[in-house]
Amino acid sequence: MKSSAPITNSTITDRPGLDPGASVGLALAHDSAARHVQGSAAYVDDLPEPAGTLHVAPGSAGAARGPIRSMDLDAVRASPGVAAVLTAADIPGENDCSPAFGDDPILAAGEILFHGQVVFAVVAATRDAARRAARRARIEVAARPPRVTVDDGLADGAEVMPPYEFRRGAPEAAIAAAPHRLDGRVRIGGQEHFYLEGQAALAVPGEDDEMRVHSSTQHPSEVQHLVARMLGAPDAAVVCECRRMGGGFGGKESQAAQWACLAALAARVTGRPAKVRLDRDDDMAMTGKRHDFRVDWRCGFDGGGVLTGVDADLDARCGCSADLSPGVNDRAMFHADNAYYYPAARIRSRRVRTDTVSNTAFRGFGGPQGMLVAERMMDAAAITLGLDPLRVRKRNLYGPGRDVTPYGMRVGEHVVPRLVRELERTSGYAARRRAIARFNARGGTLRRGIALTPVKFGISFTLRELNQAGALVHVFTDGSVQVNHGGTEMGQGLHVKVAQVVAEEFGIGVDQVRITATRTDKVPNAPPTAASSGSDLNGMAAHRAARTIRRRLAALAARLFQVREAEVGFAGGRVRVGAETISFGELARLAFTERVSLSSTGYYATPKVSWDRDTASGRPFLYFAGGAACSEVAVDTETGEMRVERVDVLHDAGRSLNPAIDMGQIEGGFVQGMGWLTTEELVFDETGRLLTHAPSTYKIPTCSDVPADFRVALFEPGRNREPTIHRSKAVGEPPLMLALSVFSAITHALASLSPGRVPPLDAPATPEAILRAADAMRAEA
Amino acid sequence: MSEQRTIRLTVNGASFEREVEPRRLLADFLREDLGLTGTHIGCEHGVCGACTIILDGDSARSCLTLAVQADGAQVQTVEGLGTVDALHPLQRAFREHHALQCGFCTPGMLMAALDLLRKHPSPTEREIREGLSGNLCRCTGYEHIVRAVRTAAAAGETVGAETETASAAPPREAGAGAQSRGSARE
Repeated sequence: MKSSAPITNSTITDRPGLDPGASVGLALAHDSAARHVQGSAAYVDDLPEPAGTLHVAPGSAGAARGPIRSMDLDAVRASPGVAAVLTAADIPGENDCSPAFGDDPILAAGEILFHGQVVFAVVAATRDAARRAARRARIEVAARPPRVTVDDGLADGAEVMPPYEFRRGAPEAAIAAAPHRLDGRVRIGGQEHFYLEGQAALAVPGEDDEMRVHSSTQHPSEVQHLVARMLGAPDAAVVCECRRMGGGFGGKESQAAQWACLAALAARVTGRPAKVRLDRDDDMAMTGKRHDFRVDWRCGFDGGGVLTGVDADLDARCGCSADLSPGVNDRAMFHADNAYYYPAARIRSRRVRTDTVSNTAFRGFGGPQGMLVAERMMDAAAITLGLDPLRVRKRNLYGPGRDVTPYGMRVGEHVVPRLVRELERTSGYAARRRAIARFNARGGTLRRGIALTPVKFGISFTLRELNQAGALVHVFTDGSVQVNHGGTEMGQGLHVKVAQVVAEEFGIGVDQVRITATRTDKVPNAPPTAASSGSDLNGMAAHRAARTIRRRLAALAARLFQVREAEVGFAGGRVRVGAETISFGELARLAFTERVSLSSTGYYATPKVSWDRDTASGRPFLYFAGGAACSEVAVDTETGEMRVERVDVLHDAGRSLNPAIDMGQIEGGFVQGMGWLTTEELVFDETGRLLTHAPSTYKIPTCSDVPADFRVALFEPGRNREPTIHRSKAVGEPPLMLALSVFSAITHALASLSPGRVPPLDAPATPEAILRAADAMRAEA
Repeated sequence: MSEQRTIRLTVNGASFEREVEPRRLLADFLREDLGLTGTHIGCEHGVCGACTIILDGDSARSCLTLAVQADGAQVQTVEGLGTVDALHPLQRAFREHHALQCGFCTPGMLMAALDLLRKHPSPTEREIREGLSGNLCRCTGYEHIVRAVRTAAAAGETVGAETETASAAPPREAGAGAQSRGSARE
């Protein structure tokens, strides 16, 4: 009984059926948990400052668009404690911190691109002095009216990249010939990352052109390369190091680089260590967010709600530069089907340029926005036909014979239908939906809603070259092990998972394995820790490094003890050699004596991925991760107030490397998605200024906002059919999109106001948005 | 530069006397002057709760408090909560119940929870959620934070006893759970 019970958030256990002494599958705490609860886990700003450290504060112009006419920084320079004031002219190398396209100046180069753009930076004895001085600049801009919204950008024909399209069959004809046709427009808001630790970097100059940068970044290799290029130094002169971040969520994938560059520039110009720690208001105004979208969709379906054709235009606000927008928008397109088969489809994306901060990666990377469109179509078809949306969803799911995505990849395994069926049963969906129907039939202002939605999320970077990883494993002669890999720790528990993988390989306890800070001089040329790929890539690379050493040790033991290699086993901290056992440390000591290397690198490149963007063909993903969620809400249709009453989740993490860590990703991802869809609203004024630039005006879910009845279970038979690390599945991003069930549940509640009509609800469903939709429903009723 | 003021205060049971600028924030004072970097700075305007400490027996935002306001006060930070060898029951519960991910909010969350449990030794679910609703966590979704606080509360006596010795907090109705509810404020 106990071993077969599912792992739920009320009973987190090790994965059932583990061998004694196993490390992979244990529900271990985060590797820094003990340090976190004591406050002794150091973030960049907690590192001891080297003597003479200066502090850097950015300064901006207070305009959104236009050439800089004049810049008077005399008062800034004269401010107490100021050591230097940096402008674009001080940059010895390239003035660019973009991930690829060369369009993100570190310091404004003659022209203002968005409100809050960094024009200069003050370097001063204290952070306070630097910030005070930064306010004394007088910058004149020949300001032009900014393009703030998607609509503004489209009206101007402004794009950061050309449009892109997937097409299969003849969707226009399929929709025209369908028994039922619907179309609509939905606006989907962006999202501020609000990593609790703001952007931070500490640069320490070394000999000659050398620079060491501690950066709170998901992409140390890119920071290294950009700092080097900015300094005009070779990559080899720069080391970037990141022990941990206080949250990233995509916001430190490309956009940690600017602050690292500014710290390094300050260090180069002054010859002293320099630190940047952004003020939160600056952080929110100066760094990009999740893309907001305007989507126009059309679809045709039969009397049972089965889609025959889909035509969708996904128009995203990219902001003032490309940044990661090409990938984000591609991923929105890749997920505009969510888990549903579109027999004929046209999915088009426009990457709209606006004079606002450049939007960037955020957990899900466009996927959530694409999937919201699919779920809107499901709700719309069901409401129009008077059907249960879950029935319509189930009919449209991918299945045998209906298994090719609009971009031509076959959906090889059909876990999602199983997840949906099982969750339908365990959540008591049918009975609860009936009870809600009775409740809503009484009329009144309070309405209830329930929805069960699936998630299918493609795993792999769609940019093929990022699907590789390196690791470095050292065994020491006392049997302790040090692991380094290219992935970064931002709270997601990557390091403990990789430690478990290495411990398993050596048959030792996880406590014998130490993961050290991510450093570009240990593992070079690493991809960002992003796209949910951290443990898939780095776990595999570390596994290979450890296996290389294990093989050497096994061969040595076989030779010394005159047994066959097959008779050497590693378990429980001991090495079995034929009939004898020695400790792992003893064997390590023997290896040193016998001159056998105890160190190895490991390298992994994801197999099978072959996406060719130019021809829109090939396979972008190694596999799909999946889950399902059922949410119930209560909505006050007179005030717009909404409460999530209960949430049930069933998620497939494959063969979980660590059920406790995976559970945390699921719960946290769900709540973050719920925030995006319900309370978190970014507001820009017509001058392009972000008005919601602090948590006082930007509402992040708190403890009292989340569902008190929150039941999460891991899909017990989960197992990746691809040979991923121990058959696990990526779990970083997919759970965020489980929160679409909340949005659909609100839609369900509102639909009861005027049966048969689709509520014109936009995201986020703030009380204001809910009230607007409710009023519209009542006006038509 | 402004004139310096001398402040004397007790932090985690130890007495300090320091010269500070009148506008120096308590958070910066703790982090930079005393090296107690466990108190984190998240939003710098009193909303996120990462910098929560205990000031004379009540939770306070150290990013909204001036160091001079703590003159003569008893301050407790996360560093004073437990020791490496003997974690406070709240610390143990947070670690064992996976009530953290990136860990940045954890010290503030612990101090808010400590304040809650001192004033409501047997809190209801609602009291826990409201008691912690001034502290943002962006990673966990709170479920396991609530669970950890519930567990620590169930250990009742231990929380009261250990915190009394660790904090040297001003006198209150020690151990008298029901009476101290809502009346602990000076």
